[in-house]
This record gives sequence, structure tokens and C-alpha cells, in this order.
Amino acid sequence: MKVPILAQVVEVPSDVNVLFDWPVVLPLGINRVVLLMFLATLATFLFLYLPIRKARAVPTKMGVVVETMVDFVRNGIARDTIGSQSAKYEWLLIPMFFWLLFLNLLEVTPLINFPVTSRMAIPAFLAALVWVVFVFVGLKKHGLSYIKNSLIPPGVPKLLLILVIPIELISTFLIRPISLAVRLFANMIAGHIMLTVFFLTSASYFVLEPKAVAFVVPLAFAIVITGFEIFVGVLQAFIFTLLTAVYIESSIHVEH
Amino acid sequence: MEADAAALIGAGLAYGLAAIGPGVGIGIVVGNAVQAMVRQPEMAGQVRTTMFLGIAFTEALALFGLLLFFILFGAGG
Repeated sequence: MKVPILAQVVEVPSDVNVLFDWPVVLPLGINRVVLLMFLATLATFLFLYLPIRKARAVPTKMGVVVETMVDFVRNGIARDTIGSQSAKYEWLLIPMFFWLLFLNLLEVTPLINFPVTSRMAIPAFLAALVWVVFVFVGLKKHGLSYIKNSLIPPGVPKLLLILVIPIELISTFLIRPISLAVRLFANMIAGHIMLTVFFLTSASYFVLEPKAVAFVVPLAFAIVITGFEIFVGVLQAFIFTLLTAVYIESSIHVEH
Repeated sequence: MEADAAALIGAGLAYGLAAIGPGVGIGIVVGNAVQAMVRQPEMAGQVRTTMFLGIAFTEALALFGLLLFFILFGAGG
């Protein structure tokens, strides 16, 4: 595909994967995406560990921020959704929220500008992890009747079961993890494409005709969308964690 | 060449049509959530959480359309 204005200024590669292989100096196929993932992991660890490593009577300013955010995940997401047993699943929910938050916010970090979650591997891995966790929780809690109860809703006539069981099977065990991964991935890739289009259009106009001031319009759009993308990044981390909690809850309290 | 053109038209249609339903759906979800928040302001926090959940489920359909757009665009372009 030729992008008319952009093609005069920047070279659009035919294969998008070329962009991520740089720099090829590290072993084990560690590329830009993996480096950024390590960076986000380190940021998550430091963010959660440093401000509260010493117990203080009066926490520092950063400590208050971290405590408020952790409290939001622990009470606002985990306990309000799962209920009294939520403490068992905090090991998954709290690190996942902050990791996704940092991965998403790399999209608007200056000089990086790349959302790591817009490569399918990370959302797909997390969704597979969530799938394993909620199936395991259901099997541990209810045994094999978990499968039976989640496939057969209460009060369905016998004849309709031929139709209902395949639908429930697909929607619970197949569509749930796929839609979880696709939601995060597609949101981040859509935002990244919007930012790229507006910033590059602005830059192209600036290079081609700087006197015509036309580059101001896409630049203004790009700045507004940058603010919107911060909101989307936080919202997607929140929704991913919330849906994980909802799925775990539906495994614990499966209808009979 | 004609197959490429068909794939590109299909890509445009896939996302355009996939955006209609979720657009209406998110409108209904948020509209009713606002009504609920106005009628019972003390429940606003819980309603907001449920609203985001509803938006997430509805939005997924539009995002499947977006994904289909990329697949067909790759096939045609």
C-alpha cells in the first residue's frame, strides 16, 4: 500500500516485523519489544517495592500513591467482585494490573512511544494464564461438576440442551480468553495507529511545506489523542484485571 | 488484482459494519448507567464499574471487526 503524503517523507516497510528486530545485538532473540517488556517489569517491581520497603508511621508521598493504587486494586476490583475470598487471588490481580499499566503507558512515554501490549504475544499469554487460573479454581472448588454446571444453565428444557451446551462451551472456554486478549491488543494497536498517523502526517506537512502551517491541525489532533490514549491505557489495564476477577468469581460461584 | 480489490472493499465493510452494533450498544449501556447514577447517586461507584464491564463486552465485537480489517487489508494490500 502507498500512503500518498507519508511516502514522500518516510519509507513505509512492506513487512511490519522489520521494525522490531532492531537492534539485533542481544542473544536469545531479544529485540526491542522484549527489552521494553523487561523495562516495564523492572518499573513495576521498583514502583511497588521502593516506596514501601521500610515500614514508616507516616508514609512518604510516593508511598501514599502506591498504597492508594494497591488499595484500589485490592478493594475496588478484587474484593468488590470476588467477595470475602479475594485475598487468595491478589498474587495474580495486583501485579497484573501494574504490569499492564506500565506496558500500556509506554505508548505515550516520550522517546519510547511503543505499547508493548500491541504485540499479540503478551495479551495472549496473559489470557492463557487467566484461562488456566479460572478453570483450575473451578475444578478445585467443585470438582468435575464445575464443567457440568458451567455447561448446563439451570432451568433449561431437556431438548434445548443440544443447542445450549455447544454455545456455553464455546462462550465460556473459547471466546472468553480470546476476547480478553483481543480487546487489549486491538485497543492498543488502534491507539498506536491513530497516534502514528497524526504525528507522521503533521511531520510530513512540516517537511514538505513548512510555510503553509497546515501541520498544526494534525498536531493538535495528535496532542488531544495522546491525552485520550493515557485514559485508554489505564482503562484497559483496569478492564483486564476486572474481567479476570469476574471470571474467577464465576468459577467460584457457578450456578447450579 | 480483482481479488485484491474485493479484499480491500471487504476490509472497509468489515470494520464499518462491525462498528454499527457496538456503537448503538455502548450508547445504550452508558445512557442507562447515567440514568441509574442520577436516580441513585449513592450507587454511582458500583454502577460505574458495571458500566465499564458492559462497555468492555460490547466493544469486543467492534474490535473483532478491526482485527478482521487488518487481516483482509493484509490479504489485499
